[in-house]
Amino acid sequence: MSQSSNGAAVTPVTRQQCLDLYYYMRLNRAVEDQMMKLFRQNKIVGGLYSSLGQEAISVGTAYALEKRDWMAPMIRNIGALLVKGVKPRDIFTQHMAKYTSPTQGKDGTSHFGDLKNLHIVSPISMLGDLIPVMAGVAMAGRYLGQDIVTMTWIGDGGSSTGAFHEGLNLAATQRAPFVLILENNQWAYSTPVSRQVPIRDLAERGRGYGITSVTVDGNDAIAVFEASRAAVAQCRAGNGPVLIEAKTMRMKGHAQHDPAEYVPKAMHEYWEARDPIVLFEKYLNANNLWDAKAKQEIEARIAALVKEDLEFAENSPMPPPELAEQGVYCEGCHKIEAEWHRPKSEVTPPKSSVEAAWKVKDFGGIEASASGGNGASARAAAKSAQQSAAAAKAAPAPARRPFGRGPKGKRGGGR
Amino acid sequence: MAPVTMLEAIRQAMFEEMDRDPAVVAMGEDIGVYGGAFKVTEGLLERFGNERVIETPISETAIVGAACGMSYLGLRPIVEMQFIDFIACCFNQVTNFVAKGHYLWGAPAPMVIRGPSGGGVHGGPFHSANPEMYFAHTPGLKIVYPSTPYDAKGLLKSAVRDNNPVLFFEHKFLYRRIKEELPEEEYTVPIGKAVTRREGRDLTILSYAAMMHTSLEAAAELEKEGIAAEVIDLRTLMPLDKEAILASVKKTNKLLIVHEDTRTGGIAGEIASLVCENAFEDLDGPIARVTSLDTPVPYAPTLEEHFLPNAAKVAAAARELAKY
Repeated sequence: MSQSSNGAAVTPVTRQQCLDLYYYMRLNRAVEDQMMKLFRQNKIVGGLYSSLGQEAISVGTAYALEKRDWMAPMIRNIGALLVKGVKPRDIFTQHMAKYTSPTQGKDGTSHFGDLKNLHIVSPISMLGDLIPVMAGVAMAGRYLGQDIVTMTWIGDGGSSTGAFHEGLNLAATQRAPFVLILENNQWAYSTPVSRQVPIRDLAERGRGYGITSVTVDGNDAIAVFEASRAAVAQCRAGNGPVLIEAKTMRMKGHAQHDPAEYVPKAMHEYWEARDPIVLFEKYLNANNLWDAKAKQEIEARIAALVKEDLEFAENSPMPPPELAEQGVYCEGCHKIEAEWHRPKSEVTPPKSSVEAAWKVKDFGGIEASASGGNGASARAAAKSAQQSAAAAKAAPAPARRPFGRGPKGKRGGGR
Repeated sequence: MAPVTMLEAIRQAMFEEMDRDPAVVAMGEDIGVYGGAFKVTEGLLERFGNERVIETPISETAIVGAACGMSYLGLRPIVEMQFIDFIACCFNQVTNFVAKGHYLWGAPAPMVIRGPSGGGVHGGPFHSANPEMYFAHTPGLKIVYPSTPYDAKGLLKSAVRDNNPVLFFEHKFLYRRIKEELPEEEYTVPIGKAVTRREGRDLTILSYAAMMHTSLEAAAELEKEGIAAEVIDLRTLMPLDKEAILASVKKTNKLLIVHEDTRTGGIAGEIASLVCENAFEDLDGPIARVTSLDTPVPYAPTLEEHFLPNAAKVAAAARELAKY
């Protein structure tokens, strides 16, 4: 057992976990590389949104979830879908609008879900809406005694929407077992993060809601996984929600049509040298976690899977036109039944009955007003501000976390 | 049984549904200790507790989004908008997320969004709205707008049991003004079915909610003049009971539509189109409508009374139509 930065004992990441993380990151990239080719062949019906350079986040976060847990991906979370059990063919057919796709061609991209088996909620294009939804899934899971954690993702841009703040605030007031991954990829379409949010670390936004909020290096798969695993454990223990800001870089334009000429060249180069997959390969090499044969096996497995699923997608038909008319309402096609993992008697009378009265912890005032008011509280506040500034001066600065894994032998705790 | 108000009927429906099925939960602003701004949810918290009667921040998008998420696990949330006007705050969540889920990715959202709507109580421009048509225009939602305690109770029960998101409008003018004896035994009223409130042969008045009572008042006046108006209560705006509408038009050959919603884009336009497409040759006169003005709901009683339809306006329009 090693120690995490906060001193708690953490389980080391196993070799198998490392190889899984690598496999899914590579699969994520292979699927997207293949979709680039399809796009150039004009076989993708709509837009194509790349997660190049962000694979460590999608994979490292989702890998911390259990099978019973719920997730709602965003457009750049192909890797999270793959980790949760979605097949590449579903991603290909979705983008190609095929009848065999999860939505049968009714929606594209990663806009699909699976309520029954994989527990995935489909995203919509309006940013932030998934946050209250996944807070609700978390609340319902707790109510039914299912012991689940929910997770969704948002970008630096999406963190300015009302739904982001409303959802996070509700989740916080409910202490919902919900993990929000804030992918700070520096760009919201063409606008840099500095023009969207007047703070450098977007994890600050979570602290405003009184919840645990951390910042990690989003290009470091192990750092992302460890932070996510800790967040999931904290939520499962009843101390959610948790926000994780993962700093990274969107290496392509907003979508394929966008050459992203607005990104300064030096910035692109800076991040290009920090490709999460290359960094992780170096880590696996340096720690003798694999050999050339293991790498080849992973590559062969991925190539075969992508080939097979691509063939399936290419050979699939487009949906029949009249399908457009069907499915607006559920007319008995779904059987809806809650899965109870606790006795219903706990939530039905007489056990559910309570006294309808508020209990308040304190009365919400400022104590200085008791000693006369008339500016007393302002003077007290000024004095305490001076004191905390002095205390901040005295306290040592937190250790800087290096990019990647840093030089061998000098790595932070928990690796 | 003593007669009960519409408000009490709605409250009974919530109690009975929550008693029947622990998957039914309630969520909204001030619905617990306080019992809701209109006291519709009074007593729910005492009986069902904090896990099932969830008091939320002032945060309509979060409330509706969370309810939708809950419904994905098989719960059946009943969400209260303190005033239905505030549903505009969560328009995106309702129209893009909740409404489209089943069509797009096979995710039904069995949830009810209910709240007090409508004018006539001098609530002013932000507490008097009839926003039903924003949502009737959104495929995937069901829109219910009852006019009687019996229907309110039976339709709310059907809404809770429906596998689709249902918007349930409660006309606040009717909350405590209409009383009715309700059956002791369990009953529901089907969504999507209109009802004939008064039989007549000379013309059809189609209406719903508070205007249904206005229409009945006008029909009583018209009867004295020898005009027998048939009054139909739509009860559900989406899906619309097309058969009932067309059957009545084919019987009376004249149609007047009355609604409290503003004129342009109100359901009257849609119904007129429906009748022209399907029963044009049965018509003996132009399709008429009496609606509110195309303005925000004004505050001063003199202004609001001018804004709203009333029995005199309905009767006048019916007299004109009867001349054909």
